Amino acid sequence: MSNRVLMKGNEAIAEAAIRAGCRHYFGYPITPQTEIMHYMALRMPEVDGVMVQAESEVAAINMVYGAAAAGARVMTTSSSPGISLKQEGFSYIAGAELPAVVVNIVRAGPGLGGILPAQGDYFQATKGGGHGDYRNVVLAPASVQELYELTVEAFNIADRYRVLTMILGDGTLGQMMEPVLFRDEEPVETCEKSWATTGTRGRREHNTIQSIYIEADALERLNNTLQAKYRLIAQREVRAETVNCEGAEIILTAFGTCSRICKNVIRQAAQIGIKVGLVRPITLWPFPDRAVAAAAAQPSVKALLDIELNAGQMVEDVRLAVNGIRPVHFYGRTGGNLPTQQEILDQIQVLARS
Amino acid sequence: MEFSILLAGFGGQGVLSAGKFIATAALLEGKEVSWLPSYGPEMRGGTANCSVIVSDNPIGSPILNAADVLIALNGPSLDKFTRLVKPGGLILADSSLVHAVPARQDIRFIPVPASSMASEAGNMTFAAVILLGCLAAATECFGRDSFEKALYDALPARHHHLIPKEMAIFDQGATFAAP
Repeated sequence: MSNRVLMKGNEAIAEAAIRAGCRHYFGYPITPQTEIMHYMALRMPEVDGVMVQAESEVAAINMVYGAAAAGARVMTTSSSPGISLKQEGFSYIAGAELPAVVVNIVRAGPGLGGILPAQGDYFQATKGGGHGDYRNVVLAPASVQELYELTVEAFNIADRYRVLTMILGDGTLGQMMEPVLFRDEEPVETCEKSWATTGTRGRREHNTIQSIYIEADALERLNNTLQAKYRLIAQREVRAETVNCEGAEIILTAFGTCSRICKNVIRQAAQIGIKVGLVRPITLWPFPDRAVAAAAAQPSVKALLDIELNAGQMVEDVRLAVNGIRPVHFYGRTGGNLPTQQEILDQIQVLARS
Repeated sequence: MEFSILLAGFGGQGVLSAGKFIATAALLEGKEVSWLPSYGPEMRGGTANCSVIVSDNPIGSPILNAADVLIALNGPSLDKFTRLVKPGGLILADSSLVHAVPARQDIRFIPVPASSMASEAGNMTFAAVILLGCLAAATECFGRDSFEKALYDALPARHHHLIPKEMAIFDQGATFAAP
């Protein structure tokens, strides 16, 4: 506890990126994540890095494409409407197999929506968002400490597989302050980027970064490569936290801010004699099917209850994982509202009685 | 021990900073803390509030559905948030600006003429510090020494010469906590 620093979630993300070796940041301001950009404007010059306020989100993501192609550790950040604008770039980055980190501090939608916290971008983040058959790794932190640790890890995952890795937060996580304990040394993995377009200096053949393949067979080969990579990621990178699941009557599923409300509900439910557990996916893609299925399969479990800040998105992945062996219910709030502990407890009581 | 505080007022009264001082002071005592500002539509209307939780254990949700303490720096904040205070809880109000008295018998109410005192001391930003002095004396949220250290930690060096004055005014605030 001695060296813990009180920090906003957004600031922790920015500091983590710098500690992970990110020296190129391109963004365009939008609430509720602009503190990331403020922090980068302050810190990047101190570490000889580059922070560019681009003319638009579309420009920023294409700057990310360029920097990633040249082998840089690079990041862009935005919030929901800005992330929508970047989707074309995400698809190109997937097609060109480039490593990059993107942060989405989600606000309420659709459209321009509002600036309050939401999780309505789950589908967009985990199911593609842009065109074509591709996946982004999606990490869902639930505390400022985890925003820091998972941002560092996002750069490692991106480089390890040459994929876009997204941090999916929300306005509450970005804006809140909590203590952060920084490590003395970051677990930064360095990897040889022999594919990067760094200039040949006459010593080798040109590297080419592209996502266009006119020939069907060539494009199918790329797709097969991508799918093999995604299968590997699904085997190796799944993460989830389980809380109080053993012998639980009701299993909650929730990520990010919602999972914190659920942890309070678990204590409240215990006081009225209902044993409630929680499975918190930390990777939204790859989704922790096995952790959810294992918790659901216990004979003690009557039902699952998925809690989200949307109209029901992750609940579809929960239902696929549970595969019909238990009923899966949903409760959510939208518009920037958060469910109260009491609202969730009311739902639990109905399920526990039935 | 888990303690939740809601601070509310107009933008510019130092509401968000006051919350940060509480969190920093409690952190220095080894406690778990969370600080959550309102950044939504109400902020666009010129009001500011933040929720602070201080706890001996890891904090679940940083979002308050009920608070142990409300610190109200203006009338609208008292009107809006009195209902969120837990029975047996505490409301501190800047009585130079808040003329109403909360219509509840199950809470303790301490009016402190913080703005007038700050004005006399020649620095309006002291108003929040006076209320924090009262908070520290009325609760076990954080101690005086941690608060002083938090000021040194949280304020830029160019403001450090003000800290002895702030601590003097903090102590004046503490006198209002006496039953």
